[in-house]
Amino acid sequence: MESVWRFLKSKQGITIIGFLVLVILVVVFYSISPNQTQAVLNSMIRHSTPLILGALCGVMCERSGIINIGIEGHMLLGAFMGYMVNVWTGSLVLAVAASMLTGSLMGLLLAYMSIKLKLDQVIGGTVINILALGLTGYFYTVGLTTSGKIMTFPLGPLADIPLIGPVLFNNGFITYAAIVLVFVLHFFLYRTPWGLRTRAIGEHPEAADTLGINVIRMRYMNVLIGGAIAGLAGGFLTLESVGSFERAMTNGRGFIALAVMIFGNWSPIGAWGAALLFGFATAMQTQLQFMGIDIPHQFVGMLPYVLTIVVVAGLVGRTHPPAAEGKVFEKE
Amino acid sequence: MNQVPVLEVRHVSKQFPGVLANDDINFSLNKGEIHAILGENGAGKSTLLNIIYGLYKADQGEILVDGQPIELSNTQDAIRHGIGMVHQHFMLVPVFTVTENIVLGSEVTRNGMLNMKEARQKVTELSKRFGLEVDPDALIEEIPVGVQQRVEILKALYRDAKILFLDEPTAVLTPQEVGDLFKVIEQLRERGVSIIFISHKLKEVLAISDKITVMRRGKVVGSTTPREANERILAEMMVGRDVILTVDKEPARPAEKVLEVKDLTVFSDQKHKAVDHVSFDIRAGEILGIAGVQGNGQSEFVEALSGLRDAAEGEMILNGQRMPFKHPRALVEHAVSHVPEDRQKHGLVLSYSLIDNMVLCTYYQPPFAKGFNRQNDAMRENAERLIKQFDVRTPNADVKASTLSGGNQQKVIVARELSRPVKLLIVNQPTRGLDVGSIEYIHSQIVKIRDEGAAVLLVSAELDEIMSLSDRISVMYHGELVATMDVKEATREKLGLLMAGVTPD
Ligand SMILES: Nc1ncnc2c1ncn2[C@@H]1O[C@H](COP(=O)(O)OP(=O)(O)OP(=O)(O)O)[C@@H](O)[C@H]1O
Ligand SMILES: [Mg+2]
Repeated sequence: MESVWRFLKSKQGITIIGFLVLVILVVVFYSISPNQTQAVLNSMIRHSTPLILGALCGVMCERSGIINIGIEGHMLLGAFMGYMVNVWTGSLVLAVAASMLTGSLMGLLLAYMSIKLKLDQVIGGTVINILALGLTGYFYTVGLTTSGKIMTFPLGPLADIPLIGPVLFNNGFITYAAIVLVFVLHFFLYRTPWGLRTRAIGEHPEAADTLGINVIRMRYMNVLIGGAIAGLAGGFLTLESVGSFERAMTNGRGFIALAVMIFGNWSPIGAWGAALLFGFATAMQTQLQFMGIDIPHQFVGMLPYVLTIVVVAGLVGRTHPPAAEGKVFEKE
Repeated sequence: MNQVPVLEVRHVSKQFPGVLANDDINFSLNKGEIHAILGENGAGKSTLLNIIYGLYKADQGEILVDGQPIELSNTQDAIRHGIGMVHQHFMLVPVFTVTENIVLGSEVTRNGMLNMKEARQKVTELSKRFGLEVDPDALIEEIPVGVQQRVEILKALYRDAKILFLDEPTAVLTPQEVGDLFKVIEQLRERGVSIIFISHKLKEVLAISDKITVMRRGKVVGSTTPREANERILAEMMVGRDVILTVDKEPARPAEKVLEVKDLTVFSDQKHKAVDHVSFDIRAGEILGIAGVQGNGQSEFVEALSGLRDAAEGEMILNGQRMPFKHPRALVEHAVSHVPEDRQKHGLVLSYSLIDNMVLCTYYQPPFAKGFNRQNDAMRENAERLIKQFDVRTPNADVKASTLSGGNQQKVIVARELSRPVKLLIVNQPTRGLDVGSIEYIHSQIVKIRDEGAAVLLVSAELDEIMSLSDRISVMYHGELVATMDVKEATREKLGLLMAGVTPD
């Protein structure tokens, strides 16, 4: 009895209980109003995809000790370049590649500023955000057309499962990629030498250095990969979700992604859970507006942002960010 | 006996900005030898080992292993040649387990994945073979320093080190742990491992080493063996003058009560009762020494009294005034000075210059501030004066504290804390990692502060330090002060028994 209670109060216990409660709620709602439930869950997945990709970028960078405030910028420029390549070539494959490449170039810039120039990393990230906003705003012209966007494709019989099928197994390529990436990165981070070393350089780079781990090279690599993932988040917006580009279309998602990363305690699967929660808040926001509930829509629209503030303010001081993040690593 | 040394250093020099840390060093280590390096703080001992370990690049010179010159571009090269190093400030990832720390960088893998099960087995095996007891699954941040050190040694052995560097391994250990460490060292020697060992404790050096090399200001100034030397001779070789190894002081003249502590109870980070209803007082003009084996609550005790940790119960009355807990500034303003145990964590801001570190508690007061303005000239003058007075070895006052040698970092803290008006001085391991010359100076300063009418609370794991400085001695055991006596009544044996929890009746 005692031990059951202790388990229920532990972190895993709470997670499991929370999960079960959610499942029950979903089932209840589904039996009351199937269409609406499915719409909300679909929109939750759609809204969570850029957040989880952004948060994975954050995990990659911060776990290796580099704070990345520039995720928003990676996303925006990635969205723009993906869109432009789609306009020019009509090839979605090239377009996605362009988004990711753009993101990783921005990552390279951040890494160069923080590692080589030893610039304050928060300022480095801000530079990237402003740069992305300026570049896309300047080069964007209205009235461009593309030959299409990434279509959803159902995953065979899986897609026929009621509720779960349409929600999880009938999506576009980038959405699938995001979910797969969550598990791949989680596995890499906790089960491979690369992951152990990455976590080490984010906690105590000097210790890693004394064991012959090339801290600087690893940081460059991880920020580059992280940048590519954030670029993909941008690609998702222009190539899979919206289908076109607008000025400043990322609309703070890069920053919410940071909150998602913190809420997920710097772990990919944790971040996924957090991203789904944020996605859900956003989905509710649209749903509430549809239902014509008598609250000014500005208040409803605030939901995801309020959630961000609550989460970050409530968690600061209680989570454990990587100890060495944001600190310059100096050899000799 | 004309064997090839396992390690030879020829004409190695290293220049840091403003300091020639190593100046044409020649040095050799024979197989199975325990070789001690002695030298003042900042003499360049750690630098030399860091160069051989591939962490720093020498400006010139060469390094030979088994008679062959080796190329050292990073630590991997050194590790490959069988060199292992335990750093002065441990290099462990606090949130990793023991096993993770040991295998980091040379992981055991299967199909590219971590194989922690096998890694764990290897660690257990190594730890059995060398008698270095560790729990492979414990988190580093939750184990005592003595065990952390075993992990550091295991790290080197896991990489098959034939040559092991121990940079001040005993500075943070209890006498008991030092004994254990020496057993391990002897055992390693029997297995053919050669060891370089840095220490400031002359007794230890004489007890364990086969050969002793002395460095001063970046140069090797001589070498000897324990048979030919004694403490006096070594001290003189190091410092270049005669050193008084005992403290000479007048008997105390205790005056009014300065500090009164009633029923103090403090919990540790792990929520154990670390300090258990402790009451005591200290008068102006006396030094109360707290003896005890480390880990009996001294850290929490001092942290509570210095405002770093909250107390669960109890009162702290300073000059008749009740003081709040967890309020360091209130203490600073009531002329309480504190030399913390962990110099890098609580004593310094490593990335700040010495100028800033010297005014950490007083930067907002005149003469260092006028309204909102910092007075840079006053701060600089203050730092330069203290550097000179306390003989901090540094190129100038502008360097970051992180670039100083361990002992010199300690001197910066002591200088800062003693340079303010002091009514109560709380010192925890004040001379940890200091050379004999600096210990002599700091001890004399503590006595001087006492004679000027301050109350002093001295916590130290060094029985010698407690016995030679204190006027009264209390013994801390399992969070309680189990006995208090006048220094005249104290003997090593009596204190030793009390520290082990045996109460004579
Ligand atoms: N990374 C660094 N950058 C600049 N100067 C340094 C650096 N490391 C050491 N020094 C300087 O080199 C000199 C030698 O330092 P080192 O750490 O080798 O001394 P040490 O003999 O180990 O002293 P201690 O007994 O206090 O540990 C010191 O004057 C120190 O200020
Ligand atoms: Mg040193």
